[in-house]
Amino acid sequence: MSIADGTVSTDNKSVDDIVAITDLRVTFATDGGAVRAVDGVSISVRPREIVAIVGESGSGKSVTAKSILGLVPATATSSGSILLRSRDRTRTTDVVAASANKLRELRGEDVAMVFQEPSTALNPVYTVGWQIAEGIRAHGSVSRADAKKQAIDILRRVGIPDPETRVNYYPHQFSGGQKQRVVIAMALVLNPGLIVADEPTTALDVTVQAEILDLLRRLRDEFDTAIVLITHNMGVVADLADRVVVMYQGKVVEEADARTLFASPQDDYTKQLLAAVPHIGQGEARAAVRTQERLERESSTTPVVAARDLVIEYPGRLGRGGFRAVNGVSFEIKEGEVLGLVGESGSGKTTIGRAIAGLSKVTGGSLNVLGREMLGIKERSFRSARVDIGFVFQDPASSFNPLLTIAECVAEPLVVHGRAADAREARAQVDELLEAVQLPKAFGDRYPHELSGGQRQRASLARSIALRPKLLIADEPTSALDVSVQARVLELFTELQREFGFASLFISHDLAVVDLLADRIAVLYKGELVEEGTGAEVLGAPRHPYTQRLLASLPVPDPIEQQARREALHRLQGVDG
Amino acid sequence: MSRLSTPSRPRRSLASRIPLFDQVRSSIGLQRGMLVAGLVITLAFVLVAILAPVIAPFGFSQLRSDGVAFGAQQPPSSSHLLGTTVGGYDVFSRVLWGAQTALLTIIVSVLLSIFIGIALGLISGYLGGWLDRVLVVVCDAVYAFPSLLLAIVMSIVISGGRSDLTGGILAASISITVVFIPQYFRVIRAETVRIKNEAYVESAKVIGTRAPRIILRHVLRNATRSLPLLLTLNSSEALLTLAGLGFLGFGIEPSAAAEWGYDLNKALSDVTSGIWWTALFPGLAIVLAVLGITLVGESLNDLADPRLRGRRAAVDSGAPSADNGAVPHGAGASGAPLIDSNEEARS
Repeated sequence: MSIADGTVSTDNKSVDDIVAITDLRVTFATDGGAVRAVDGVSISVRPREIVAIVGESGSGKSVTAKSILGLVPATATSSGSILLRSRDRTRTTDVVAASANKLRELRGEDVAMVFQEPSTALNPVYTVGWQIAEGIRAHGSVSRADAKKQAIDILRRVGIPDPETRVNYYPHQFSGGQKQRVVIAMALVLNPGLIVADEPTTALDVTVQAEILDLLRRLRDEFDTAIVLITHNMGVVADLADRVVVMYQGKVVEEADARTLFASPQDDYTKQLLAAVPHIGQGEARAAVRTQERLERESSTTPVVAARDLVIEYPGRLGRGGFRAVNGVSFEIKEGEVLGLVGESGSGKTTIGRAIAGLSKVTGGSLNVLGREMLGIKERSFRSARVDIGFVFQDPASSFNPLLTIAECVAEPLVVHGRAADAREARAQVDELLEAVQLPKAFGDRYPHELSGGQRQRASLARSIALRPKLLIADEPTSALDVSVQARVLELFTELQREFGFASLFISHDLAVVDLLADRIAVLYKGELVEEGTGAEVLGAPRHPYTQRLLASLPVPDPIEQQARREALHRLQGVDG
Repeated sequence: MSRLSTPSRPRRSLASRIPLFDQVRSSIGLQRGMLVAGLVITLAFVLVAILAPVIAPFGFSQLRSDGVAFGAQQPPSSSHLLGTTVGGYDVFSRVLWGAQTALLTIIVSVLLSIFIGIALGLISGYLGGWLDRVLVVVCDAVYAFPSLLLAIVMSIVISGGRSDLTGGILAASISITVVFIPQYFRVIRAETVRIKNEAYVESAKVIGTRAPRIILRHVLRNATRSLPLLLTLNSSEALLTLAGLGFLGFGIEPSAAAEWGYDLNKALSDVTSGIWWTALFPGLAIVLAVLGITLVGESLNDLADPRLRGRRAAVDSGAPSADNGAVPHGAGASGAPLIDSNEEARS
């Protein structure tokens, strides 16, 4: 810290570490005053080591990792030290004290970053080759042709097929997983000793995630790169990490070898975190009980939702054909039944949910919702059915009008359907609903931004059951939440379902979550329903190759089991290709 | 500054409900200087406009006092602080009275355009379809005209070019309105189109809310956030257009009201003959009024954007002071819970 230009001599005790963070504190100046995001964190990373920093949102894990590159916003002040060593051991820099010029030099050469969202990390108006070359040319005089040669080489090494042609492609010509490969190539091209990967697989589908995790593992094996991995997914941690650092509220609460941590977590918070992760196979017993109960209770067989050869097309631009999001899908949801709909992004699962709620137009086949045919229906004739449909949206942050209080938002359905004259009159019912979702009554007077994500999603559940619907559509209700919060919301959902007995379409990309809740599971792949059955059937003995791959790609939070699964997946892929 | 230790309350205090109070409090450095300077100038402008009958020594069309003519082009003296014009009016009084005309024009033109603009923007943006296309094309067409030319045409149509106070102000205001409606329309429409796809509007649709209720309850209030800024910018533009009309001779008769643009026009020939006071003071009045309003608008713009807003550097005192309840307003966006133990105890 005391050295002005940030360079310190290498006669340090932590000479072996590629980066040594000592007592890092980062404080943000905000409108509400100073907020300490990172509070006395010390972490060190050895060469060729993959260290995972885990924690929920707001735990300071991202700020810590970005500090290694000096990428903290202007409103932040840091103290402590981050000693970053270059690969060839010729220089060690204190990032906290380094000047902007010094930082620019070491970014890319000593440490590089892989971002969460590959589609925003790449500039859409330049070719990927140009973008990789830009990094090379920023760190030394390299001719354009040489830089391009290096770009082609690095693209080949991260597994982009036909790199000589692909180097001239624009980002939109790559798939999500390939884009992430390009981002990793950009990080690798100057051969830094350390790569900071900020949730590198969060934006990707499970099957693609497995491939990127493989690539990251290869980085260590082939490029001798150390990796700092930031993630909230314990499965990813188990798959990749050598050592795990658990952060909570800006502090390190536990640090241990990956196997030790998963086998015997010491800190209470770590134990909670691990317990909250849903496992495949948890739901079978529960589903069996529920099915039994329902069979005893219900004898009527009229389904709440029945789709036959359902087709949903989005109109294309002039002169182009439409995009067929859902193609010939048939399924039924019986009264009081929870159907889990699983699929990767773009598989059409959300479209089906929106069509049932009357938000998207059905263009072919037949979709019967609560006795109404949705093909060609007018909003006017569907309005009366809306009383019986509840909808929970993915992002709790945006599904509430920011200018209304929670009580007013929850009262909206009651007011709109004439059950109450205004929000004040509905307050008694609103309080009951808030109680049902385990929120204190006083929260009714708060504004949405004053609630945490989990609390907002519970309020969203309260709003969706306000009219006692027969059908509840939940569109990825927990994917924006932390694991520990997700567990509580899922538990609440199960309780509400038991109490109110609504049928439900539960949409998710996470097999383990669906397994926990659903009576039956339907798997969508590219707009088609490839498999449907009870949890035991679909997850226990998947028939379709896509379901098999999906299941094998799902990382489990146990390093030893995950290693076995990884090898099984490689065999499966070997059979496929 | 006590700001650092003030915990943010779910309910806003009475003081912070006063417009601009929060902004002044949360600003620092140059941005605060700009905002305060703008507010002071604008306040002075409004006060002068309201109090013109009291503080102006003469009427705006007064040519003589006690039966003695002021005389034309008299230099500043004790009886005429800023001299007299070529027409024999008192410059100081005309400048003060001019503020009144300017303020009236701003108020009338903004009121006329804001309601129509917002209503059209909301309907056009929310319903979409052919109505939206027609309205957008019409507004683009209005944009294609130079606004001053349009204002001239409107003023000729409305009042035949010149008129009394009411007619003059109305002519100027309405001609400005024609140019302003498309601006409000565009801003509100863009916001509406964005908000229409927000999850909370969809969640209102899912429960069967009718379009008028969605527009009024969910879209309108969320779409008007950028209006205060647009309002200040348009106010200064209204003032400039009024002055421009007056300068070109399409303004208000000097006997009907004082108007800075008209006085500038009459002072044109004076400048070459060394008579500086007739042009300088009306010109300064225009510049100051526009500057004041623009400063307010610009600093509001900067303060509303967290990326442009300056902040005090965080004080790292060593103690975990961050947990004293000072959770940022925007904390909800980053997912941090905002739980106030006092609030819970109160229930």
